Amino acid sequence: MAAYLARRLIQSVLILLGVSFITFLLLYVLPADPVRQIAGRAATAQTVENIRQQLGLDQPFLVQYGRYLGNLLHGDLGRSYLQKTDVAELIWSRLPASLLLMAGGIACELVLGLTLGVIAALWRGRALDQGLMVGSFVAVSAPQFVVGLLLLYVFAVRLGWFPIGGYGTFAHLVLPALTLGILGSGWYSRMMRSSMIEVLRADYIRTARAKGLDRARVILRHALPNAILPIVAMIGIDIGIFMGGIVVVESVFGWPGMGQLAWQAIQRVDIPIIMGVTLVSATAIVLGNLLADLIAPLVDPRIKLR
Amino acid sequence: MKHWLASTALALCLAVPALAQDYTPDPNAKPGGAIVITYKDDVATLDPAIGYDWQNWSMIKSIFDGLMDYVPGSTALRPGLAESYDLSEDGLTFTFHLRPGVKFHNGREMTAEDVKYSLDRVTNPETQSPGAGFFGSIEGFENAGPDGLSGVKIIDPLTVEIKLSRPDATFLHVMALNFASVVPKEAVDEYGADFGKHPVGTGAYSLAEWTIGQRLVFARNETYWRAGVPYLDQITFEVGQEPVVALLRLQKGEVDVPGDGIPPAKFTEVMANPDEASRVVEGGQLHTGYITMNVTQPPFDKVEVRRAVNMALNKERIVQIINGRAVPANQPLPPSMPGYAKDYKGYAHDPEGAKKLLADAGYPDGFETELYVMNTDPNPRIAQAIQQDLAAIGIKASLQNLAQANVIEAGGAGTAPMVWSGGMGWIADFPDPSNFYGPILGCAGAGEGGWNWSKYCNEALDAEAVKADSFKDPSDPARLAMWSDIYVKIMDDAPWAPVFNEQRYTMKSPRMGGEDALYVDPVSIPINYDYVFIKE
Amino acid sequence: MTDVTASATKAPAGALRRLLRRKLAILGLAIIAVVVLGALFAPWIAPYAPEEQLFDGLTLEGAPLAPDATFIFGTDLLGRDLFSRMLYGAQTSLVIGVVANGIALAIGTLIGVTAGFFRGWIGGGLMRLTDLMMAFPALLLAICLAAIFTPSLWIVAMVIALVNWVQTARVIYTETTALAEREFIAAERTLGAGTGRILFRHILPHLVPTVIVWGTLGISTTVLLEATLSFLGVGVQPPTPSWGNIIFENQTYFQAAPWLVFIPGAAIVLLALAFNLVGDALRDVLDPTQRGRD
Repeated sequence: MAAYLARRLIQSVLILLGVSFITFLLLYVLPADPVRQIAGRAATAQTVENIRQQLGLDQPFLVQYGRYLGNLLHGDLGRSYLQKTDVAELIWSRLPASLLLMAGGIACELVLGLTLGVIAALWRGRALDQGLMVGSFVAVSAPQFVVGLLLLYVFAVRLGWFPIGGYGTFAHLVLPALTLGILGSGWYSRMMRSSMIEVLRADYIRTARAKGLDRARVILRHALPNAILPIVAMIGIDIGIFMGGIVVVESVFGWPGMGQLAWQAIQRVDIPIIMGVTLVSATAIVLGNLLADLIAPLVDPRIKLR
Repeated sequence: MKHWLASTALALCLAVPALAQDYTPDPNAKPGGAIVITYKDDVATLDPAIGYDWQNWSMIKSIFDGLMDYVPGSTALRPGLAESYDLSEDGLTFTFHLRPGVKFHNGREMTAEDVKYSLDRVTNPETQSPGAGFFGSIEGFENAGPDGLSGVKIIDPLTVEIKLSRPDATFLHVMALNFASVVPKEAVDEYGADFGKHPVGTGAYSLAEWTIGQRLVFARNETYWRAGVPYLDQITFEVGQEPVVALLRLQKGEVDVPGDGIPPAKFTEVMANPDEASRVVEGGQLHTGYITMNVTQPPFDKVEVRRAVNMALNKERIVQIINGRAVPANQPLPPSMPGYAKDYKGYAHDPEGAKKLLADAGYPDGFETELYVMNTDPNPRIAQAIQQDLAAIGIKASLQNLAQANVIEAGGAGTAPMVWSGGMGWIADFPDPSNFYGPILGCAGAGEGGWNWSKYCNEALDAEAVKADSFKDPSDPARLAMWSDIYVKIMDDAPWAPVFNEQRYTMKSPRMGGEDALYVDPVSIPINYDYVFIKE
Repeated sequence: MTDVTASATKAPAGALRRLLRRKLAILGLAIIAVVVLGALFAPWIAPYAPEEQLFDGLTLEGAPLAPDATFIFGTDLLGRDLFSRMLYGAQTSLVIGVVANGIALAIGTLIGVTAGFFRGWIGGGLMRLTDLMMAFPALLLAICLAAIFTPSLWIVAMVIALVNWVQTARVIYTETTALAEREFIAAERTLGAGTGRILFRHILPHLVPTVIVWGTLGISTTVLLEATLSFLGVGVQPPTPSWGNIIFENQTYFQAAPWLVFIPGAAIVLLALAFNLVGDALRDVLDPTQRGRD
């Protein structure tokens, strides 16, 4: 176990190194000069050159990358060119909003997905089941910006139940979290359905039923926990999907999180922020995958650590 | 020759009628109260040497002061931290007499040393100020560095002398720019690069709280040197607020002024509601939206082609697309700018005439080209309207819809044949006609990387511009006439196709008081925080 | 072992018959057929040119027109006929869906098969590459790439392909390793069959069902990614309509003119749904063991 963990951690670090290198390279060849953005429209050529030198952007690519890595080792993500603030501080200030949104998204996808999956499994083969499964396909086929705009239109603009966007209270969170969660709920309801059907077929459930135990009790006490576990173990994998999702959802709802930060930084070639957000996201994805792999054997003995 | 002795507004208007009368505050104005203002984008910095954004420009104005200032709601200069100044006969030496007893927010008294320190700092390349170039006329600017500007001298604790290397009619405007704000050295040293997060100035408000990504709170400076102002006890800026959300919150009474204005989709709705429309203030702004054409490369090296483009545009239709929130433009200067050529008619919409011109230039069947445009609404839409107008005379322009940074890069490098300026357009830094020339139409900006995206360089006009800027009084009618003439000549060469001048529409909550001009202040955008008040 | 090979080649005909017995698959195929026909015959069906900014397409205040008899889907913010733009937008969605997904599928299959069949350092290296790609926030990567290469229809397709091949590669890799360990392959090897023969005669044919399933499901993913990139303004460039960029262009108006957002929105959902339905049905029909998410 310890050896496995060590190997996976080393692998993760190498992957992150690769991500940082590729992103840095992409930003290096980007046909836009961050120095001109910093220098502004009234700047003289001399000012532009001075700024370029101070930021070290006149250095060869590998020197720049090496220096970035060096700073990274000291926990320094650099300083935003245009926001004039440490990237770590910027990300830190945006992180709570994004984490809240992701937590809301996970809650929505689990509650919706698992409930609907169980219902579909219990009513297997009936119209309700079929309807729910078509619904789950619609959920995974709907782009998040369409879902977001639709929810906004119906529940905020028309019905006025929720604020039209923004951040602050629980009411603000509902629609963005739902938007983020719907995609996943489609997958989870399908998986939950299969998992539940499989568990219901299992011998111990049949025995319990044969012993005359109440159906509801059997389902709640025995079948449900066993069916849910392997699915919950997969949440870690969702982090990657969420990292893309927040860019869109935050933009639709004006949610002040990392997605907006990244999007604005890309617009203005604020390289330190783009690098920082990419690395933080990649770290979250790598850790999420690792976590999923570590939990899987705990809940499903058939899976072994590789 | 003293230009003013302005401890009172009366003395000022008697002494120099040419300089506008100072502001007479509303007699009904009451001190007290707090307001809420929203913005979508976070504020990057409140360091006056660095800040150059839409939202921090007016915030910095309220925290800091420069030697010069503007009469609220107007483009007229008035004294700031300098009580008066002298200008030498050759027009090269300014001597500023500072107002005594002005205190920084940290309690220390402001002196001539602070003025020199601040100018040295903003021109020092280490500071990376985007505004350093404005100070180019100060002697020793070329060698600016840690040792400071040789042209700025401290005569005594309340007197500063600034020597110029060439006469510069706009110099007083430059001294009123945020970049020329006076900052205390000890605070800059204490916070270093984070001074922008812990600003200390002499302004009407001081920064009380800043939660990055959420809000900034300004508190009234109780010891502000201008008597009676500001009125408000506190201003809260909430950032990260979508314009649509901000407007809805205004309608609910939670917000007093949406800093980003009325979003396009809500505009018709607001204007259709008499109560809401009555709270919308409209004003000109020193902005022009234009298309640049790269004059160094075919086909735009031919003046006929550039004129044809000017004639092809249906500007009324383009203005309609942005809900009529602009007026069609026929020259680089906006109408509210001194020096605007009122009698100039420009190029009328005439597709047939444009086709003839194209044929004369050797393009009877038109040609293919590219139009660069920034990818945020409404710019791609405007560009498509332009594209259709061009197609009508045979010019097939494909759109290059890119992030702001990429458009600026392509424009600066001269690889973009045409650029629609929207989103990166020129809003004047100070209300003087010269501000629309140097970096964007003059030879100085035409080099690699410069903001003169049409790469138009007319040395004869450059010489005239220098002459016009050698006047001592920026508002001298002869000077303004020269500038009008320069821009009319530019339009003859047509490196640009001016499209429209955006109008500003600011909406306010019912409790906001103060005359309308304060809400469309041409300098303190979006509103003048120092003079507005709460009516209740 | 002969019957395994035979079933792999015979599968398509039988599979099609079984596919057509499923109602949802038929629904999916019908939607796809409508979109394809609309795209193909757009020049004849569309009442206006998609780029034409109609003089009477806007109100005097510059607001778009709601759907009526003249403009059955209304007009957009530039006074263009939305119905015509939707038809031409279908072309964009389909071209990108098919091309980008085709490339992604090709890259994914190539890498998956190579890594799974050859193992060793080649396989290890390739799989590390896919791990690396998995760790990228895909949307951010796509936005960066789109910003570097000025987006045109083909560039957008390439960008999507570049971030979308990973899933296919992983699935194909797993399949290939499983196949390579099967007894009949080992038997072939002992009989002295060459690498090429094993690869082309035995491995690749068995991968066909998986490739078909993933190819179909992948179109759905691709359509969604194209729409998302266009929605963020870094996808297909105007005035070329795509369902995503129609929403991008009009979203600030979605309260006043919801049809401008929800008509193209519904089209994207339907098309993605159709490919998902068909793909899922194909999965059941071609390979009943491949259920679930991955």
